[in-house]
This record gives sequence, structure tokens and C-alpha cells, in this order.
Amino acid sequence: MARSNKPILWLPFAGGGLVAALITPVLILITGILVPLGVLHLSYETLAAFAHHPIGKLILFGAVALPAWHAAHRLRMTAHDLGLGGGIAVKAACYGTAGLVILASAVALIAI
Amino acid sequence: MSRRPYLRKVERSWWLQHPRYISYMIRELTSLFVGLYCVLLAVGLVRLSQGHSAWDGFVANLSSPLGISFQSICLVFAVYHSVTWFALTPKAMPLMVKGEPVPGIAIVGAHYVAWAVVSAVVLIGAGI
Repeated sequence: MARSNKPILWLPFAGGGLVAALITPVLILITGILVPLGVLHLSYETLAAFAHHPIGKLILFGAVALPAWHAAHRLRMTAHDLGLGGGIAVKAACYGTAGLVILASAVALIAI
Repeated sequence: MSRRPYLRKVERSWWLQHPRYISYMIRELTSLFVGLYCVLLAVGLVRLSQGHSAWDGFVANLSSPLGISFQSICLVFAVYHSVTWFALTPKAMPLMVKGEPVPGIAIVGAHYVAWAVVSAVVLIGAGI
């Protein structure tokens, strides 16, 4: 059977779509509405302690990296739909930005 | 002999020509706002790793007028992504139990339950 690299792109795409659907709205609700309204307070101590724990690191990494990959892949396809072609520039912009987000999150989480 | 496949000309504005195409494009563009919010989250993690004052500065920026407006737009698109993603699940992963197909409404419903549970757990974890 012909080998394809599609599953490697597709599995995190679908996983990222699900993670984005389940967790992203509540995260935006917290950081964008509840914290500014003063309903919640995201203290450094609490967040740093959470990010210090290995499971906390994994949850935070998954909540950032998977939706980022999902968005990159989907934006690349949408750019194609908009007639921007499947060129290297679109690929680099989409996957490059997502790669940077994933790398920066991983480095930050390891450092905490 | 050279191949000369017929390529039909597609206008860039094709998606404006039918309401269904427009709603498709809005659905796909949710990923732009999900992606931008991921950039914001990554910045947050970097600021968290830089210490107390860096984190406090990041939280202050979240609550600035620009921060609130940007995130409000992201929230609308993120919720639209959730609703449309769940609506697709019976088509993307149809389930069979004991040889019978599980009705789509049950698969969609299970995702809404999961959404509510995840949201509640995150809110309680954040100190609501």
C-alpha cells in the first residue's frame, strides 16, 4: 500500500479540533471576560504551581499546541479555498507560526 | 505529448455567491481566531516562566480595552467552532453499537455533555 504522511497531519488536526471545541471557549471566557471583570484572579503562585506539576504541564501544552496545529492546518486549507494556492509561502506562514507557538510553549513549560 | 488538463477558472469571490458558501467560510475562519488565541496563550506561558512581575504585566494586558475586545471576538468564533464541530461529529465518526447505528443526536449530545463537564472543571479549577 502506498505510504502517505496524511495521517500524521490529520490525527493532531482532528484532536486539535476537538480540544479547541471543548476547552478554548472556557479559557477565553476566563482570560477575556472573568479576569477583566474581577470575578476571577489568576494569581502567579497558583498558575506557576499548576505549570510546575508534570500533569499541569501536559494539560497546558495540550491546550495550546493541539488547537494551534489544528488552526494552522485548517487555515492552510482555507487559503487554498480562497485561491491563495498551496505554495510554500502559505505552508510556511501557517505551520511556521504554529511551530513557533508549540516550541515557545514547550520551552516555557520546561523552564517553569 | 503534453497534457493540457482543463482547469475551470475559479473566482476568488466564489464563496460570496451563495449563503451556504458564506457560512462555510465563516466556519473555516474560526480557525484564524482559535490560532490567534493560541498565540496569546503561548505568550502567557512565556511570561509565566519569566516570573511574577512579567506574569502580572500579562494579566494587566488581558484586561486592557484591546485585550478584552480581541478576546471577545475570539470567544464568539471559538463558540461557533465548538457548535459546528460537534454538529459534524456524527458524520465524521459514525458509531455502531450491536450492529445498530447510534443516532446522530446521541453523538452530538454526548459532545455537549463533555463540553459542559470540561468547562465546569476548568472554571472550578480556576477558582470560581
